[in-house]
Amino acid sequence: MRYVEEFRDPTAAKSLLAEIEKVTNQIGATKDKPVHIMEICGGHTHAIFRYGLDRLTPEGIEFIHGPGCPVCVLPMSRVDECVQIAEKPNVIFTTFGDAMRVPGTKKSLLQAKADGADIRMVYSPLDALELARRNPDKEVVFFGLGFETTTPSTALSIQQAARDGLTNFSVFCNHITVPEPIKALLDDPYMMLDGFVGPGHVSMVIGVHPYDFIARDYNKPIVVAGFEPLDLLQSVLMVLIQIRDGRAEVENQYARIVPEHGNPISIAAMEDVYERRPSFEWRGLGEIDASGLKIRDRYKAFDAEEKFGIGYAAGPRVVQEPEGCECGAVMTGRMKPTACPQFGKGCTPEMPLGALMVSSEGACAAYWQYGGRRAAEPAE
Amino acid sequence: MCLGIPGQIVAITDPTRMMAMADVSGVKREVSYAPVLTGDPDDLIGQYALIHVGFAMAIIDEDEAAKTLEALRGLGEAQETLEAMAEGAKALEETK
Ligand code: SF4
Repeated sequence: MRYVEEFRDPTAAKSLLAEIEKVTNQIGATKDKPVHIMEICGGHTHAIFRYGLDRLTPEGIEFIHGPGCPVCVLPMSRVDECVQIAEKPNVIFTTFGDAMRVPGTKKSLLQAKADGADIRMVYSPLDALELARRNPDKEVVFFGLGFETTTPSTALSIQQAARDGLTNFSVFCNHITVPEPIKALLDDPYMMLDGFVGPGHVSMVIGVHPYDFIARDYNKPIVVAGFEPLDLLQSVLMVLIQIRDGRAEVENQYARIVPEHGNPISIAAMEDVYERRPSFEWRGLGEIDASGLKIRDRYKAFDAEEKFGIGYAAGPRVVQEPEGCECGAVMTGRMKPTACPQFGKGCTPEMPLGALMVSSEGACAAYWQYGGRRAAEPAE
Repeated sequence: MCLGIPGQIVAITDPTRMMAMADVSGVKREVSYAPVLTGDPDDLIGQYALIHVGFAMAIIDEDEAAKTLEALRGLGEAQETLEAMAEGAKALEETK
């Protein structure tokens, strides 16, 4: 238990781990017959690897890394469309830094910038708004990316742009939602998940009730969790206890941040600005019904799809993934990253081939950064 | 990019646009307080908030702010966020 010393409260961590071991044994889960727990959020994936939680917990628990990294699930065709917009004359294209290295079919945004496009990394859509105010002769496009945690910020920025009467600001909207892909995974006939650890910061915005269907319709437990290692251990324990007791409920481990009904102002802004697309493509998972958001007609002056004539599903969208990329199998839990033939060979964080290697929240990058190193160390 | 970072609201800078100055780990950054406004904006001064991509998304207490910051440092996310803020400031000044 070497790594436990890194925890904020090692004593609490040890007693949680002892409880986890006890309940895992009560369930009768073993290495050969493990319980499968999916952590949905990429931030959780990162924390699990960083603190070695997958190694500290009993072998009877298998973590499946969910699709909750927006950069990882971004389809290549959308990256191509970003490049297409960014390379237009008179455009300043703004994006979160995370998206810069995502490979498109031809190039990433980083390569497009090197080729001369005016692409700028921003921290917030508010930076893009400010750029638009300062550069009235330029069209400033913000690459809207992310789940419900990030989605309200873009909505509130669009509302602000409307109030300011800005005419040179638009958003290329690729916002996606968490509950829909979970439903898609649960409907997958190969699904073998026994419970979920839910993303706390998403629920800070939408509350816990959007997950009710997981317990009600699919009879699986879900615990909304914070991202501190102790939060995660406690949440895993709560999931295990539900499994042991034959319960399936939505529980909130992160109540100190997550209100039951979320943040009403953010929810109202999202309602006002976006509507659902009939379906949206997820890299590695394919098209998922009602999983993507589009800017409503009333704000279409701020919709880059309208401004640049790039409607979703306007052209053929089936894009071949790069040769040998197993991102889809990894994202659905069918394959461990290290089993991908490209892992560490054709695909590294410096030169990512697949999306899961791009962001520190991607399962492959996490394995590379932590798993690889630790696997090479002598056994304790 | 999905984790917020705690910051303390130190001043209201633009009430019509609901903007405030926040102190994030010693770095000053203008943020929107729209999501957490429930009454008089001046009541927010001195409070801690979880700030996500420039928006105060939840009011938290000082102890929670300290714990969250520590967890973010452990993950390397605090540094990443501060670098992103610096990038954002730079992007405004860049000219092509
Ligand atoms: S190693 Fe690279 S190509 Fe293989 S699954 Fe991971 S990210 Fe995809």
